[in-house]
Amino acid sequence: MKLSKIGLGIALALGLSMSAQAAEVEVLHYWTSGGEAKSVAELKKMLEAKGHTWKDFAVAGGGGESAMTVLKSRVVSGNPPAAAQIKGPSIQEWGEEGVLANIDGVATKEGWDKLLPKVVSDVMKHDGKYVAVPVNVHRVNWMWANPEVFKKADATVPTTWDEFFVAADKIKAAGMTAVAHGGQPWQDATTFESVVLGTQGPVFYNKAFVELDPKSLDSAQMVEALETFRKIKQYTDEGAPGRDWNLATSMIIKGEAGMQFMGDWAKGEFTAAGKKPGVDYICAAAPGTSKGFTFNIDSFVMFDLDNKDLAAGQNDLASTVLSPEFQEVFNLNKGSIPARLGSSMEKFDDCAKLSSKDFVESAKFDTLVPSMAHGMSTFSSTQGAIYDTVTEFYNNDKVTAKDAAAKMAKAVASATADL
Amino acid sequence: MNASSKPKLSFGEYLPKIVVAPTFVATLIFIYGFMLWNAWLSFSSSRMLPKYDWVGLKQYERLFANDRWWVAAENLLIFGVLFIVTCLVIGLFLAIFLDQKVRAEGAIRTIYLYPMALSFIVTGTAWKWILNPELGIQRMFREMGWESFSFDWLVNSDMAIYTVVIAGVWQSSGFVMALCLAGLRGVDENIVKAARVDGASMPAIYRRIIIPGLGPVFFSALIVLTHIAIKSFDLIVALTGGGPGYATDVPATFMYTYAFTRGQIGVGSAASMMMLMAVVAIIVPYLYSELREKKQ
Repeated sequence: MKLSKIGLGIALALGLSMSAQAAEVEVLHYWTSGGEAKSVAELKKMLEAKGHTWKDFAVAGGGGESAMTVLKSRVVSGNPPAAAQIKGPSIQEWGEEGVLANIDGVATKEGWDKLLPKVVSDVMKHDGKYVAVPVNVHRVNWMWANPEVFKKADATVPTTWDEFFVAADKIKAAGMTAVAHGGQPWQDATTFESVVLGTQGPVFYNKAFVELDPKSLDSAQMVEALETFRKIKQYTDEGAPGRDWNLATSMIIKGEAGMQFMGDWAKGEFTAAGKKPGVDYICAAAPGTSKGFTFNIDSFVMFDLDNKDLAAGQNDLASTVLSPEFQEVFNLNKGSIPARLGSSMEKFDDCAKLSSKDFVESAKFDTLVPSMAHGMSTFSSTQGAIYDTVTEFYNNDKVTAKDAAAKMAKAVASATADL
Repeated sequence: MNASSKPKLSFGEYLPKIVVAPTFVATLIFIYGFMLWNAWLSFSSSRMLPKYDWVGLKQYERLFANDRWWVAAENLLIFGVLFIVTCLVIGLFLAIFLDQKVRAEGAIRTIYLYPMALSFIVTGTAWKWILNPELGIQRMFREMGWESFSFDWLVNSDMAIYTVVIAGVWQSSGFVMALCLAGLRGVDENIVKAARVDGASMPAIYRRIIIPGLGPVFFSALIVLTHIAIKSFDLIVALTGGGPGYATDVPATFMYTYAFTRGQIGVGSAASMMMLMAVVAIIVPYLYSELREKKQ
């Protein structure tokens, strides 16, 4: 009797002390599709191994638009989740609102400044302090190609835009669609930014899309990029407008089309169809961008919560996310590469290996640039303004490249103006 | 006795008011309260989250300087006028034909009315497939051997807004038909007979007597269709996604994009105030005429 009472007491005390350290960490994310959900399940398992409980707060919608709407209402009502999937300059927007938690403690302890390239760690900091942790690095300036189509058309995979149009002409002449495109504003912008990087180089890219210099936005160089971009349209098929990106990818898989410009998430579609990189499909940098790298980084942002247990949970979450084990498992599932420098790439496929090599090298030569189309270079309002002019220009032949460049400068100025 | 029966009576008197009160309060807060909140936001510098400062009409200036807003406004005008007029004309003719004592009228009526039972999302998706040049009508004709046949309105930025009209009319003209049919059934047979005795032809009877008598029916249909047109959001999202480019953007999709995905709540609320003004401009004269009739 007595013994069991003592035992119960011990168990209770243990239980209490356990619960005092363990926290229920609520994580808002929009990774709900197959490979992504698997990756999140992995994170949950690792966090639970550290004694915390994972409270899943998934909001479907690939681009995260609905997730952001839900997040805003939670923050405005004073009840934010512990962590949320937010990326790019939006982290600064939230930082300005003064609602983010400081995770500098764990970052200094683990030496994040050395683990992350500077362009990446800058994005993760607000006011010089870490508020977010990067999960992965996507490369956006990829071109996916079907070697079978190229063989049939007797064309070679292009490395410059001039070569691109030669190859595209051959594929078109052979009766196939040269470029598989999905005519949605974000896909138009994804292709466009590869054209800008490939024809005008990273210095101009940074001036136009990162610094938002009006003279670069409305310049002869921008006009040239716009004209090259529009030339691509004649190589797309009539069903392109409104098409989802994965349907465009499946045109490559089926051999109906030759090339697609899309980030490395497209690889998931090839893998799901049982295709092998280098054999059934080719991953190459978009023409003229083999030295460049447009990055799109997913990250988790921590919210300031007045609760010590939760702060411990947030630190453990951050540390887990950047751990080599999680970075490897997650990115193998997602098709991206680890954000942590010096990660082992052994288990990854050739495309990821190439991506990782280019990532490290481009960081050295300042050719690593943030993706405008994926909200890494500007606030969403400015990104939207660029989207509007690019997609209007691409779809409406009456707009000249000169007018479009002028419009872009004007729209960006209006979107960034402070009231 | 008197004292005890009095409260009972007044309870009975108050009961309807008590029952209606929660709805009334909810309407007051969630409709009119939020309208005022939105008006306030449209005068603030709100971006990603609401802010409560005062910048005057600057968000409206920004809205009016935005090309995309004018495309959206023009699209609403094109869509609204064509959608309403076509629905009324087709609805009226369907009703007149059905009124000729045709066989299986019940079945035909149901068929025409059925699209109304679908949501605009379903209508939009179905028409997206039908109008897609690579999947739908164009491909069908080409496979039948008419190689030069071309119907690419859905992917043509000049014509795409008309595909929205097509889908909208397909969905809503059955509803106008039902309204008109009810109106036609209400026409006094004796007047028609009298006109026939006087030697009037059927078209003339319709033109001079029956259709003018349907005035109130047209008016109700007009009010319903107008607010469907101004609020139209789901049909466009499903059918064209606002594209190609933003060629089929309307004020509702514009407002949603700016307020919720682009972190420009100020511009978004200014756009929704403009939509509110458009609705008010139509509804107020209607309410005024209704109320005046009642007084008389």
